[in-house]
Order: sequence, then C-alpha cells, then structure tokens
Amino acid sequence: MEIREPAMAGTLESSDCQIVLRPNPGRGIEIDLDSAVEAMFKDSILETVKQTLAEFAVTDASVEIRDRGALDCVIRARLQCAVCRGAKESYDWTKEDG
Amino acid sequence: MKNAVGRELPERIGEYVVRPYQGAYAAVPSTEPVHTLRTAGKHVSGDKKILPDLAEAVRAVGLKDGMTVSFHHSFREGDEIIGQVLTAIREQGIKGLKFAPSAVVNIKNPSIVDFVKDGTIDRIEASGIRGELGDAVLSGLMEKPVILRTHGSRPRAIEAGELVIDVAFIGASAADEYGNATGQIGPNACGSLGYSFIDAASAAKVVVITDNLVDYPCNPVSISQQYVDYVVAVDRIGDPEKIGKGAARMTKNPRDLMIAERAADVMAASRLFRENFSFQTGAGAISIACTKYLAERMEQCGVKASFALGGMTAAIVEMYKKGLVRVLECSQSFDAVAARAIANEPGIVEIDNAVYSNPFSKGSMLDRLNFGVLAALEVDTDFNVNILTGSSGEMMGGLGGGPDVAAGADISIVCLPVVRGRTPSVTKRVFTCCTPGEAVACVVTEAGIALNPRHKQYQELKEDLEQAGLKLVTIEELQQIAESLTGVPKPIETTDRVVCVVEYRDGTVIDVIREIKRRDV
Repeated sequence: MEIREPAMAGTLESSDCQIVLRPNPGRGIEIDLDSAVEAMFKDSILETVKQTLAEFAVTDASVEIRDRGALDCVIRARLQCAVCRGAKESYDWTKEDG
Repeated sequence: MKNAVGRELPERIGEYVVRPYQGAYAAVPSTEPVHTLRTAGKHVSGDKKILPDLAEAVRAVGLKDGMTVSFHHSFREGDEIIGQVLTAIREQGIKGLKFAPSAVVNIKNPSIVDFVKDGTIDRIEASGIRGELGDAVLSGLMEKPVILRTHGSRPRAIEAGELVIDVAFIGASAADEYGNATGQIGPNACGSLGYSFIDAASAAKVVVITDNLVDYPCNPVSISQQYVDYVVAVDRIGDPEKIGKGAARMTKNPRDLMIAERAADVMAASRLFRENFSFQTGAGAISIACTKYLAERMEQCGVKASFALGGMTAAIVEMYKKGLVRVLECSQSFDAVAARAIANEPGIVEIDNAVYSNPFSKGSMLDRLNFGVLAALEVDTDFNVNILTGSSGEMMGGLGGGPDVAAGADISIVCLPVVRGRTPSVTKRVFTCCTPGEAVACVVTEAGIALNPRHKQYQELKEDLEQAGLKLVTIEELQQIAESLTGVPKPIETTDRVVCVVEYRDGTVIDVIREIKRRDV
C-alpha cells in the first residue's frame, strides 16, 4: 500500500499509543518512537511496527509513535488503522476470519 | 557474596560494611544498652526556649559540618519545614550533613537535590526517595550510597547506634513556648507524630518548629517538653492544602475494586477472622477500598476487631465510629479525618512508630496483627516483593512499614494488578527485593489468588480459602498471564556502582540498587 496522505490513529491515554503516519516517498521506513516503556520494550515495539507495515506492503512511510504503555495488540491495531487511513483504503476484514 | 534471597552483594560499599540478609527472623539484636545522644539538661524557673528564627536555632544547637539532622514526614508532600531548615543551615555555610528523615519527602522549591548539589547534604538515610531526588540518585548524584530502611528498622538503627542523630527538627501543628508539641490540633494538624518520638528521645538536640504557638501548656502533648531544647515559631510549616487533604475518595477503577474485594474475601474466609481479630490495611487506592469491603464483611458476620494499626485513614475511622474496631493505633495519619480523630475519640490513639514496628524491642504491635494488606510494585515467583523501583528502574516509593507488617502479621496479603499498562507486575525476579517471599502469605490479583507454599500459614489458609470456594492459582500462572499480555521485557541495565542499600528490618542487606545505565538518546 502507498501512504498517500498524513493519517493518525490512537490517543495519548495511558495504555494507548498515538500514531502519526506520513508519506515518505523513496526514503523507506523511518520510525520516531517515544515510549513510556522504552527501556523494556523498545525493540519489541520497533519490530511490531516493521512487521505490521510489511503485512500491508508499505515500503515508504514516516511513523511517529507516542506510546503510553500500550500492549502489543493495541500498537498493531492503531498502526493498521493509520495505514488504512493514510492509504485511503478500507481494512480487509476477511483477514480476521481465519 | 549472595544473601538468603539470592541477591549478589559486595562485601563493602565504601565505608559501609554489608551484613547479608539471612532470613526473615534470623538476626539477633545486640545485648548492649540502647544508644542515645540525649543528655541531662538543666532548666530553672524563668528560662526560655523560644528563639526568634531558624538561623538562631541552627547556631544554638551547635550544628557543625558532617553532623546528622532528622525530620519527620508527617506533613507529607505539604512539608515546608525541611526546606526552611536546610536553607537556614546552608546560609551558615555548614556542609556535609547526613539527612535522615523518617521517610520519603519529595519536597520541591527547594528540592533536596539542590542541597546535595551545593554540598549541604552528602549522605541520606531514609525510608525511600523518589521524584527528582530519586531520579538524581539513580543517575549517580551522590558519592555515598543512600541507605533505605523500613519504618521498623529506623528506631532499631537509632537504638543500635547505626543512625546517630545530632539534631532533630520536629515540626508541629501546635506547640507551646516550653516545647510541648503535637500534630493533633491547629490549622495544619497532621495527626500522629509517631515517627518523631524516637528522635526526641535519642537526638543530642531537639528543636520544635511550629506556626501555631499556643498557651502553655499545649494539650494534648505528643512530644514532651522534657526532650526539647528550643522552640521556633515560623510563618508556615507547610501547605495546608496538601497537609490537610480530606479523606481519599473510593477508587472507581473496577480492577482495583475487584482486587480489594478479593483481599477482603481472603480475610473473611480465614479462621483468624473472628471476634477481636486485628488488621492493618494501609492507604493506597486498593487498600482503602479493601477497608470498606472488610467493614461490610464484618457487619455481615457480626465480627468486631480489637485494633487497627499503622497509617490511619478516614475509612478506618468510619469503622471505629460504627463500633467495628475497638482501638485505632495510629503511628501515622494519612488524611485530615484521621488526623483530627485522635484528639476527639478516646479509642483513636497516637502511638510511637517504634511501638508499631521496631523488630528489636520488647514487643511491637505488628507482631499482634492477624492481617496485613500490602501494596506492591512487583512481586516475583519466589513471592519477593518490590516496593521501591519501577519498571525502568526509577525510584517509585519508600519501604514504609511493608516489610515490617509482612513479617509481623499472621497473614500478609500483597495486592496488585498482574500488569500496569504494559508493565508486568508479577515477574520471574523483582528488580529490587524489599520484602522476602518467606514473609508473604498470599498475593491477590485480578487474575486470581496465589498462596505461598513456603509461608507458615499455608496449610490452614489453603483449607480456609478452598472451603470458602475461593479459586486459587499458582504464582507461576500469574506470572505467565502477565507475560502473555505484555511480552518479555528487556532487563534493566545497570553499572556496578551501588547507589542505594536496601536494608531489611533487622539491619542486614536484602538488596542493593545499582546505578541505572543511561539509555542512548
């Protein structure tokens, strides 16, 4: 998917994260992470972000994450939402059927 | 070397000689007479103790470089005495003091960090440090390690000569000009001054500071004139908003309520829940909710308690007023309702913190406790409890009386959620061991109740809870639930340098906190 326009998902509430996704044509994936649990989960969060973007075949995007201790599934969901908004495509719910 | 909870300790930390922890009840006290710097005094009719200001008091007590000064923490975050006294000391150019308050005092403007940076203070011994000071200490602010002691350990250390107080500065919400002082009355009433009794009796010099000078004799009296050298009246001892905070409101967090109710269920299911039982519940959100659920269970079953102990809250005062508890033994008052209740109710009494918790006296009240409800940051699969350091290794609190209550109560109940945000609270190994697992009977979480098979009450409690139909899980199951939610966290990286020594209540070292390695920015 191609990120066509800036998109946002999530909040700054405790246990949530706010993700801002921007087009980044030709410059790959750039991640700016600010997390309350960085000491413990920095690598894990970065891995989740890369993996989720790969699932949507997003190759160029700038990702800004303000994490307030969100669980991995929350980060994943927020990012999926931001990707679909930025790509102006609907989420393919049939993926959840398996 | 390793201590009995498997913590790797150096043999010495600078001048501090490490005595490794050997077991919750292993250490024995010295047979020497107790230590004090208190001397005889001579006063005759017409003598005055009142001094015009703190600067004069600092001169009058003969404070010198390197001495030890103490304070109580009963004004909590509202305290303005510590800042005023240290400022007066700094203005006279006195350096290298040991700062030995009874507990965590996270004062701001000025912060303790300022007095460390300018050399006024070079050693700290307290129950905990947090906020700006805690962060600074963990990043290596101080050359000498901070010594952290439980509430019970502080009077023990004073009487053992390990903590020798030169000058005790005792803030009071009311005092007379001859030194009788109390926290029970006055616009800034903070309730019990229980932490200052040992300081008054053991320091070489004692200064009472108040913003409410009353006619002689001050009544009631907490700190008696016979121990007091000087009295200073200041404009303000603290921020009334913060000192006189009303009753803490009942939490609405459903998870905390669930944990609180479960803890009350554990108590009510135990065979020790019978007429004249005793309890201590504490002041956290879960604790206060638990107090209310406990009161409900007592009313339902028609059971009354003989006493409640320790830090008192409005919720426990309410139980007293309903006739559910005969005596409230207050070493501390956590809110304005509890603070004012001592002066008004015959069965709500101020007690010396040493009577509450000193393990090496001829008897502390917490040895008579049936139930102790304790909060925690982390607990591990050995039931060891961390109440000091957070998930990134930051200082979050103080030891308080937790380790004392755990060791004293027949059944100690640690209440905590299995995860906080993405931070697991039931782990394989706590970052800092404060209370040994041996002293923990039970861990109550939203994901289940785990009993400690190594605890002395295990068999009985297991029977009682099973009979009451309470579902039990293992601590390992709780740890796995936590990990399945959060993922496996990366361990906190530290250097070899010890910044805090965590003493067990008997003065042995249960753990140390090492300097946190700074993250790459």
